[in-house]
Amino acid sequence: MTESAGIIILSYCGAIGLILLGVFAMVMYRHLIRIIFGLMLLEAGVNLFLITIGYRANAVAPILVDGQIPAAAMVDPIPQAMVLTAIVIGVGVQALALALVVKTYQAYRTLDTQELAQKLAKETGVDIIEGTPVYLPSPLAAHKQILEEKST
Amino acid sequence: MLFWVALISVVVMLGAAFAVLFLENYLAATAAISVVSLALSVLFFVLQAPDVALTEAAVGAGISSVILALTLRRVGLWRIETHKDKQ
Amino acid sequence: MNLREISSLVFIVWLGLLLGAVLKIVAYDNILTGGVGTYILTHAAPELGAENIVTSVLLAYRGLDTLGELTVLFVAITAAGLVLGQRRTDAPSDSDAGFILRTAANLLFPFLIILGTYILLQGHFSPGGVFQGGAILAAAFFVPILASPASPLHHRVSRLVEGLVVATFMIICLLALFSDDAFLALLLGKGSVSQLFSAYSLPLLHIVIGFQIGTAFAGILARLQETEASD
Repeated sequence: MTESAGIIILSYCGAIGLILLGVFAMVMYRHLIRIIFGLMLLEAGVNLFLITIGYRANAVAPILVDGQIPAAAMVDPIPQAMVLTAIVIGVGVQALALALVVKTYQAYRTLDTQELAQKLAKETGVDIIEGTPVYLPSPLAAHKQILEEKST
Repeated sequence: MLFWVALISVVVMLGAAFAVLFLENYLAATAAISVVSLALSVLFFVLQAPDVALTEAAVGAGISSVILALTLRRVGLWRIETHKDKQ
Repeated sequence: MNLREISSLVFIVWLGLLLGAVLKIVAYDNILTGGVGTYILTHAAPELGAENIVTSVLLAYRGLDTLGELTVLFVAITAAGLVLGQRRTDAPSDSDAGFILRTAANLLFPFLIILGTYILLQGHFSPGGVFQGGAILAAAFFVPILASPASPLHHRVSRLVEGLVVATFMIICLLALFSDDAFLALLLGKGSVSQLFSAYSLPLLHIVIGFQIGTAFAGILARLQETEASD
């Protein structure tokens, strides 16, 4: 096994590990910040996956030396350009998500999704069982009751 | 030579990713995600992508962690010691 | 363990097996033959005169993609600013950092500006370019705010700079449209390889896009910084 093959196998394993850990965090945790951590790990894993696909054995970086194309093969430049944009867009999306988290905290004083669901259920009169909204026989009545409580 | 660099950075990266998931303290988890980005940028360099490595180090490890840390401060999770009352 | 967690774990194991199958089909010693990657690798340097091929893909061959990416970034940052909202004028601001941090921030500022501009300007003939330089410029403007939160970033100025930069970008694109009949076509001369003023209008686009990214990041960092703390 050559050195390049070892590097490719290692980076694939790293990318797969990051993707799995990110998905694990996104589906298993209930805290919103943990879910954003999972999103960041997932992004990093996908970026590493794309770069590894563009890698060639015994190749050099796609930069010319003194204007001459080097004798060795060069790696594929297109995945690298795509990943460059993906990293920056990822940070923009993350900033938007975190701004929403800040506003959610200011409105409900909690970031746990189950507590959030309970508070929302209390506000709107829709019961939530195991994360799914279940409509009560008369949600209107419950809503009216909430409104009355607020007005008194 | 490059193989060993790649091995070390992958091990550091996955270890830090586990730490992100299982550390109780959110500030420590933010630091761990910065470590993930740094190890990833070393790995990008080994994979002959110096542009991507520079971007990952500046944007992923720098700006993204600062955004996370500022958010933690705003939502009241900026604590040095771990609280046991969670979960 | 409820049903949701069990099904999630099953899904993760399935995803791992699916991704692991890539290891089975990947060729470990393949050489790039054919395809658009090979074309760009052999034609980029003679056509553009840029030594960094990733940059020439980013700004010349896939320039419209970068324009779309800037739009996505702009919309995301604007939406984040909209969600966070304006700061109340009577809200108490954080106290200043210590003396050492403030002095270090003041000392660091010019060096960060120089480093960011350097990385911006030499992107077409060595590693570096718009995103790295933009991020370092944003950090340069954000470090003083972190050291003394009482002196906020002038959002009006930063929005003005961002608008001017985007307008410049569009003017460059439209000039290309009128002079060369193609949007985002390359202006100016090719120049000689590895000079600062070479590779058509790539250095100009570098400066413009780098400043746009820098102002966007600095704006969102400052907005997050000055949102009221809630403990």
